[in-house]
Amino acid sequence: MSEKHHIIPVWFFVGFLLLIYGFLILVSGLAEWSHPPTTVLSELHAPVWWGGLLLILGLIYCIKFYPKGGAE
Amino acid sequence: MIAMMATGVPTTLVHLSAVDLVIIAFYFLLVLAIGFYLKRFANTGEDFFLAGREMTAWVAGLAFVSANLGSLELLGWAGSAYQYGILAAHWYWIGAIPAMVFLGIVMMPFYYISKTHSVPGYLQLRYGSAASGLSAVTFAIMTILMSGVNMYAMAVVMKVVLGWNITFSIIVSSVTVGIYVAAGGLFSAIFNEVLQFFLIWFGALLIPILGLIETGGWRGMVARIQQNFPGQDFTHMWGPTNSFSNNPMGIHWTAIVFGLGAVQSMGYWTTDFLVVQRVLSAKDIRSAKMAPIIGSFFKMAVPLIVILPGLLGLAVLPMHLVPASQAQPGQFTYNEVLPLMLARYCGPGLLGLGITALVAGFMAGMAGNVSAFATVWTYDIYRPFIRKTAPDSHYVSMGRWCTMIGLFVSIGTAYLAMNFASIMDYVQALFGFFIAPLFGTVLLGMLWKRVSATAGFLGLLAGTVSSVTMFTLMKTDAKWISVFALSPQAKGLAQDMYQALWSCVTCVVVTVLVTLFTQPKPDAELKGLVYSLTEVAHEGHTSLLHRPLVWGIVALVLLAVLQIIFW
Repeated sequence: MSEKHHIIPVWFFVGFLLLIYGFLILVSGLAEWSHPPTTVLSELHAPVWWGGLLLILGLIYCIKFYPKGGAE
Repeated sequence: MIAMMATGVPTTLVHLSAVDLVIIAFYFLLVLAIGFYLKRFANTGEDFFLAGREMTAWVAGLAFVSANLGSLELLGWAGSAYQYGILAAHWYWIGAIPAMVFLGIVMMPFYYISKTHSVPGYLQLRYGSAASGLSAVTFAIMTILMSGVNMYAMAVVMKVVLGWNITFSIIVSSVTVGIYVAAGGLFSAIFNEVLQFFLIWFGALLIPILGLIETGGWRGMVARIQQNFPGQDFTHMWGPTNSFSNNPMGIHWTAIVFGLGAVQSMGYWTTDFLVVQRVLSAKDIRSAKMAPIIGSFFKMAVPLIVILPGLLGLAVLPMHLVPASQAQPGQFTYNEVLPLMLARYCGPGLLGLGITALVAGFMAGMAGNVSAFATVWTYDIYRPFIRKTAPDSHYVSMGRWCTMIGLFVSIGTAYLAMNFASIMDYVQALFGFFIAPLFGTVLLGMLWKRVSATAGFLGLLAGTVSSVTMFTLMKTDAKWISVFALSPQAKGLAQDMYQALWSCVTCVVVTVLVTLFTQPKPDAELKGLVYSLTEVAHEGHTSLLHRPLVWGIVALVLLAVLQIIFW
């Protein structure tokens, strides 16, 4: 993104955020699998597949945009 | 949207678990860390105020659309969708897409080639100090007020949704925003806006997905709405606008097409420096032209996470929401539809993500306002009127200081708003006073080299004064509504659209008339500022897929298709 300054791409930070959030939400979804919260459609276990999706996307972004040294 | 602050409903909508709190805390830590990391790159004026002019089209485009995707808009327009139905989507489609394409294709080359740092900066080059000063001062005041409004709105939402203390929310959010914007300038603001964009999408997208599963798809949702609200049409965009009385918004299609589409949205998306500043950070002119067009595709999709949750609220919520002014203890208001839907579908973890998205949206709103304020104050007020010659480092230092000062003033505004809830509605209205006439002034200046400096200033002044006058007359005596808004049945939003239309027309008429009797600027001073005297780089050598014009046409075709589908 930044040729002049060699700043870490914002996409890496996006990936890092999604990775951490995906992990936390996935683990939280798995932990409540046998006793889901009282929300509507909780039987679909949305935190598990949504957290998993965030985790995978975050991982892809982190790998693709991992700063390759020379960050100033 | 602001009205939700006036409600006295004491209920706490949701309760956060430990994982939710970890998610929220992580967001604060990350944005502070990014701010400190970016500080080392924000050394010159161009770095601090324009993010070094090195953003790609994608980053600038996402920041451009994200600067307008704050939580006030999310909560407010989701509430409007509950109140008015799919008519609210006009503000995302005809009320945004043509203007974004117009900015990218027609106006951006002038902003970019002139190397201006701001919209008042363009006015300075085109018309001189009078028009620029008027625009800069009004913009600076309004951004600070809007930052305070954002701050207070966030604090109230956090109090209503989570039961948090208002002062705690104001202090924590403003200190965080102050630190990261003062450190990294526009770099920080843009990075945070891109993060916020992803947070908002991933935090809110589950609501329409699960909502449509619950209702059995679009048709199931429409059937449930008709069952819950018999005889009312909430799912058609144009059909019910053939008369003021046929739709819950009390609006006529002429107000949507001419007031919203042709003036209000054009004014906002092409001359509000808060959003234009993001595009000015682009690394080259093609990126600057492409950025708003990329943004237009995402803007077109936003109703999925804003309007659809409001419509789903009509279909699935067991209670009927009410206007804030009529809310009794225990009742929920229109503006609470999004948090209610979030609480309906999202348990621990997902709830934290949704709340973080709202917090991020509010903080990005504050950051956007204070970073735009810092630029306009430093470059358009301080430098031309107070200290004309100083080293670049002095202006960067001034930018950092006025970021913090701007936030402190915003805190004062937030507490002012707390004591006078209705004042915030007027602040929003005030903001609208300047935008519509400013569009007339900037557009005439770009397209007609004959327009003189005096004409530009007087046209802008006349448009603004006419806007304030119409607003005051319609608020104080209802008979004026049928004069300006063409029908006594025209409601608030319809009145706003006609007010924008007439104020822009006034600006244009006065500018043209004064131009005919005044001396134009010499051509030599207008190079790079006016259409007939500016050479815009030809895109013939680029492939079709890389041409902004091609994608602009695609965006407009998609817009037309959406109108037909939801006619």
